[in-house]
Parts: sequence; structure tokens; C-alpha cells
Amino acid sequence: MVTASATASASASSSAAPILMGWDGDEKPHVLAVDDSFVDRRVIEKLLTNSACKVTTAENAQGALELLGLADGQQNFGNTVSKVNLIITDYSMPGMTGYELLKKIKESPTGKEIPVVIVSSEHIPTRIEKCLEEGAKEFLLKPLRQSDVNQLRSHLMKLGNPSDEGMVCMGR
Amino acid sequence: MEVGQMQRRWVDYTKSLFLEGILDGQFLQLQQLQDESNPDFVVEVVSLFFEDSEKLLNDLTRALEQPSVDFKRVDAHVHQFKGSSSSIGAQRVKNACIAFRNFCEEQNTDGCVRCVQQVKQEYYLVKNKLETLFAMEQQIVAAGGSIPILELSF
Repeated sequence: MVTASATASASASSSAAPILMGWDGDEKPHVLAVDDSFVDRRVIEKLLTNSACKVTTAENAQGALELLGLADGQQNFGNTVSKVNLIITDYSMPGMTGYELLKKIKESPTGKEIPVVIVSSEHIPTRIEKCLEEGAKEFLLKPLRQSDVNQLRSHLMKLGNPSDEGMVCMGR
Repeated sequence: MEVGQMQRRWVDYTKSLFLEGILDGQFLQLQQLQDESNPDFVVEVVSLFFEDSEKLLNDLTRALEQPSVDFKRVDAHVHQFKGSSSSIGAQRVKNACIAFRNFCEEQNTDGCVRCVQQVKQEYYLVKNKLETLFAMEQQIVAAGGSIPILELSF
């Protein structure tokens, strides 16, 4: 049953409005979002900027590794990005999957401290398990909503606390 | 037509797209992401989807025309299409892709060929509807009005 009402005003407040929370008081968290789909990259970028994050996107795992300075045999570090506070990656990507990317990041001394979240359009329990086992902080289902990203951001705040060692899985 | 009338037409048209199952809640999420800093967000993302889709449909059609069909490849394309249509809320396209993947798994060429037709049909339908919707929006804005904010409950 669909009911609709409309107002012609330009401002809207919805229940999924982005939560603006402080991060270290002044800096915005820097998120690296990896996805081979144009559409999904654009959407996640907006969801994240709405949640007061700074965003860098990559269209594949190799690109992400280069941005992090973690690619095999990487010589040129000119394109590497400044401190990344969170990595969100799609699971299914051509070439290297999000799972493989997760492993590579966790294997590196600099990368392993960065929380990694895996996103997938498929709800496959064994897939979720193996990602969490490999160190993913969360596993989210696509398509992502503003509320997912806001919740993620608030978990980031808690994860920043060394006394909190928690793993969260969001089901639907 | 005056602005109020145009806005009412827009509301009715949008409502019908949800009622007919052509669009789902994810499209609303996209609309909610649109704001003064990104006033064309929905059109931008949907245009990306259209571009992506034309390529995917071509790749799919070609892959199924091969003497020996590579079902893994076909399935990969359909998976991608399912993902992007789901991301913009094109519900019927997404559902057609889900059915399609079953035939890929069964390695059923005839089934797959029928599915491509089905997916194409649903894609052109949503494309047509969204282009009409965007044209209405342009009219409203050109007449000095603003696009209504929809509150939909399912």
C-alpha cells in the first residue's frame, strides 16, 4: 500500500538525515571507497560526504592498493593519499575481489590498522563469515542507505577507542 | 499549465511508478541525496546507469550469439546489471536479472535469450518513464517552481 503526500518546499528533513558528528574535534574522517560500478561509487561518495567524511574513490582493488602505497613492487608513491581512516570495498570486483583486497591490507604493517568494511549485493553467510574472519569490521548489504553509512560512522568513532574491540555484522 | 498543476502531475506520475513496481525505495534514497550542493544528483546517477546499461545489454546480446556460450561471462554481466539497477531502484529490471541468473546457472541458452528480451523490455520501460519524469522536472524548474518532496510509506 503506497500513500503519498507532497510539499512544495525546498527544504526536507527525513528520518535518514545525515548525522554530523565530531571526529577528533576538527578533522573529517577520510574514507577510501572501492567499487567497480560507476553508479555505486557516485552514490557511496554522496552518502559519505553527507555524513561529513572526506572521500577518495577507486574503481578496482589494484587502484586502491596504489592509493594506499601497498601495491606489489610499487615505485611511484606520488598518487598515494593522506591518512585513511576507513576502507569500504565492494566484494565482487573483476581482477582482485574485495576479500583479496582485505587480505592484502591486513597483511601490511601500515594497512592492518585501518578498519575495512565489505559491501555486497549478495547475502551469503559463508562469504560474510570468511570476511569477518579475515578481519573485516563489518559486512554490509547493497544497496547502501544513508542510515547504513551513519551507523558505520558512529561505529568508527567507537572503533577508534582501543578498549573497544568489537565486530558488527548488519543483517537485513 | 501553471506550476501547481505541473507539480501535481509530477507527484501523480512518481506515485504511479512506485505503485506499478517500476521503482522501489532505493530511488527515494537517491532523491534524498539530492540537495543544493548536488541539485542534479539523481539525473547524474541515472544517466550513468543508462550509459552502463546500454553497454551491458550489447555485451549480453553478443555473448549469447557466440557458437559456444560462455555462461560464466553472461552471468557476470547479468550480476553487474542486477547490481546497478538495484542501486538506482529500478525494481523490475533487477527482478528480471534475478530470473536471468537462474537460467545462466542451468546453462539454458534459450532461457537466457528469452531473459535478455525481458530485461531489455523492462530497461526501456524504466528509461522511458524516468526520461518523462525528468522532462516534467525541467518544466517545473523552468516555470520557476521547485520539485516537490515526496513522503512515501510502503
